[in-house]
Amino acid sequence: MELEAAKMIGAGLAAIALAGVGVGMGTIFGSYLSAAIRNPSAAQKQFPTLLLGFALTEAIGLFALVIALLILFAF
Amino acid sequence: MATNPMHQFEVHRIGPSLSISGVDVSFTNSSLFMLISSILIITFFMIGTRKVNIVPDKIQLLNEIVFNFITKMISDTAGPKAKPYFPFILTIFLFILTLNMIGLLPYAFTVTSQIIITFFLAVVIFIGVTIVGFAKNGIGFLKIFAPSGVPIFLFPIIVAIEIISFLSRPISLSVRLFANMLAGHTMLKVFGGFVVSLGIVGGWLPLSFSVALTALEILVAFLQAYVFAVLSCIYLNDALNMHH
Repeated sequence: MELEAAKMIGAGLAAIALAGVGVGMGTIFGSYLSAAIRNPSAAQKQFPTLLLGFALTEAIGLFALVIALLILFAF
Repeated sequence: MATNPMHQFEVHRIGPSLSISGVDVSFTNSSLFMLISSILIITFFMIGTRKVNIVPDKIQLLNEIVFNFITKMISDTAGPKAKPYFPFILTIFLFILTLNMIGLLPYAFTVTSQIIITFFLAVVIFIGVTIVGFAKNGIGFLKIFAPSGVPIFLFPIIVAIEIISFLSRPISLSVRLFANMLAGHTMLKVFGGFVVSLGIVGGWLPLSFSVALTALEILVAFLQAYVFAVLSCIYLNDALNMHH
């Protein structure tokens, strides 16, 4: 197979990581929402933790972007 | 220039070219923006603490909010033993926050979108935390690699995993910040390019997206500085309060 084509396929495959990030994001916000509806008075206190989890999960998706960029441009 | 979204990440020299024994130390746009952010932080605190009152004025109130925010974050994540490291964490947080925020302005350069900058910051934290761990716990700091209550036949695997996860800390810490800034700014520029190419007829749609994305990027710029500082605190917590 040509190297260019293989690079394109590899970079595309790196985007599969987004499936995991989608599941993770959904879990974080879903769990927060269900917990917040059960006990609204405790919800405000956990909001920073929610944002921390959001940022950490989002970063995983961006690792995939970095890997795709590395495959495309660094090799 | 308007067509290439990666153009904004180019480091170029400002002024004369300097080199010390073969190493290029010329003043670049990256150094310029680091200088600007340092000056901004210093002036912010200089003005705020110029005359300190019991009832604070507006700038002093802002200073106190920042101080209290970081103090609370450190005591929540790393406990009272981490109090001496407050200046370090505050500096790291404010430096990254200002660099991220300045980078959002048009024509500004985002210093934190350079992997070498974030990697250097992360390595400084990593080495610092390791030194603190060995200084506080002696050779017992190695117990961080051996969690208690592990079955004996799993022990070698767990130790190997713990060592790898410890060594990958600076990489994950730096790549997280770098990738967030790189992706966010590229996305903003790509949508800006759509506005130009669609013109006055269809350009309003990407323009409104662009406004929303800028709001998201301001959130991300703050969050990433916060995450960087919180993770530094968590690593400090590992070194200061060993439970194993």
